[in-house]
Amino acid sequence: MAETMIRCKKCGQETADAQLLKNGRICPCCGNYFRMSARERIALVTDHGTFREHDGELKSRNILRFPEYDEKLEKAVETTGENDAVITGYAKIGGVPTALFAMDSNFMMASMGTVVGEKITRLFEYAAENRLPVVGFICSGGARMQEGVLSLMQMAKVSAAVRWHSDAGLFYLPVLTDPTTGGVTASYAMEGDIIAAEPGALIGFAGQRVIEQTTGEKLPKGFQSAEFQLEHGFVDLLLERRSSGTVIGRLLTANTAAERRGMYERV
Amino acid sequence: MNAYEKVALARASDRLMGNWYIGQIIDDFTELHGDRRYSDDGAIVGGIGFLDGMPVTCITMNRGGSIEDRIKRNFGCPSPEGYRKALRLMKQAEKFRRPVICFVGSPGAYCGIGAEERGQGQAIAENLWEMCALKTPVISVVVGEGGSGGALALSVADKILMFENAVYSVISPEGCASILYKDSAKAPEAAEALRLTAADLYRMKVADAIIPETYRTSEETARILKKRLVSELTALKKVSVPRLLASRYEKFRAIGAM
Ligand SMILES: [Zn+2]
Repeated sequence: MAETMIRCKKCGQETADAQLLKNGRICPCCGNYFRMSARERIALVTDHGTFREHDGELKSRNILRFPEYDEKLEKAVETTGENDAVITGYAKIGGVPTALFAMDSNFMMASMGTVVGEKITRLFEYAAENRLPVVGFICSGGARMQEGVLSLMQMAKVSAAVRWHSDAGLFYLPVLTDPTTGGVTASYAMEGDIIAAEPGALIGFAGQRVIEQTTGEKLPKGFQSAEFQLEHGFVDLLLERRSSGTVIGRLLTANTAAERRGMYERV
Repeated sequence: MNAYEKVALARASDRLMGNWYIGQIIDDFTELHGDRRYSDDGAIVGGIGFLDGMPVTCITMNRGGSIEDRIKRNFGCPSPEGYRKALRLMKQAEKFRRPVICFVGSPGAYCGIGAEERGQGQAIAENLWEMCALKTPVISVVVGEGGSGGALALSVADKILMFENAVYSVISPEGCASILYKDSAKAPEAAEALRLTAADLYRMKVADAIIPETYRTSEETARILKKRLVSELTALKKVSVPRLLASRYEKFRAIGAM
């Protein structure tokens, strides 16, 4: 079987898929970050063998009978082997028990519909009940238009669960990866105690083409990059992929110390 | 009337919006300006007044009147400063235990370089986050076009009332058509598919009530709205804060629950 070669958009170098995966989907030539699937991300950062998936059976339905949605869903399920655009569950990172979710840009550009909203909401509720922090690897094209206003309302639903978890004194770390946009940026991506971002990731609310069309202005270089968000004060730190597990483990340890000493009352 | 005709009605330049209804139903309204951080966004107007003798905070999107006024107010598309002003006034209402009434009606959050630099996404997210736990009753009235996250930032409420010819959507029909059909002229089909009318939202249990627009005059419609707001707020004010917040949580928790 011929090896699948993947071409780097930044330097043009072609690398075998298997080698790229082993390298954490980082271009061996120029260091560019490729997008990762949710499962690859979970494998990269969690302690080996600790991940337990939740609600994996939840599957989107075409509630509004939106044109071409059934076909799009079917194709996304087929190409990714996943039921929807987010994987949620329990794992340890750097030895610290945590709830975690990872969104998958291969599944309809990780758009947020009711299944994504429901799984993440359940995860925060589970984490609040079990006194666990939440780590979220985020990417998304925004709310899933095929589910209409129901998808928009998931922004409020998830935000309420994030707030509930936070009010219980628990830690939430969103890690923004390429691309994080639209309704996801305008909700749980920006609601973390600490917000991390992968270098070079596109992070913003409005789409770049829409901004250009609306304003007629040319966008400045590096507009809506992770570095731009860091400079404007909207993310706490850039997270290098190779050391991400270690850094996340450290942040989890620091932010769950009071919890381990039993300083918070049980809810 | 089909969905796209409703969209046209909701957007009509002569449609009466939140600022007009505030003038009709709120006594002694005092406008309060600014987000205390950067500027005063004219796309959002907020202040304090009395609804049937009850002190309330009112916040509305404002598309403006004359051409100059419309430009000054960005056609009612709020910048981050607008959402931050709205939030400041909501927190003030919480402190003084006044209910909040929000009016929604504009194409959505402003799309621009400055808006992104000042954190449009963060501003909307913060409103959602705070409104989920605001310890005072909140009612949101969708008067015109409710567009995407920019509208949601004023509608995480205990009750969402929708005017009969108002619409509320995740994306504009034109935006949807250009993605779905690669042709924004197919907006009428997209409007149908998006299920964005008041009747649709009521059926999906997003809107709690529909304000009919069948009355002879807008003044009559305003009177009906006022009556409804008074009765809703009277009921909500009797609910304890923990119960109020629990049922607000449940309201949104139930949307798309499995
Ligand atoms: Zn490269």
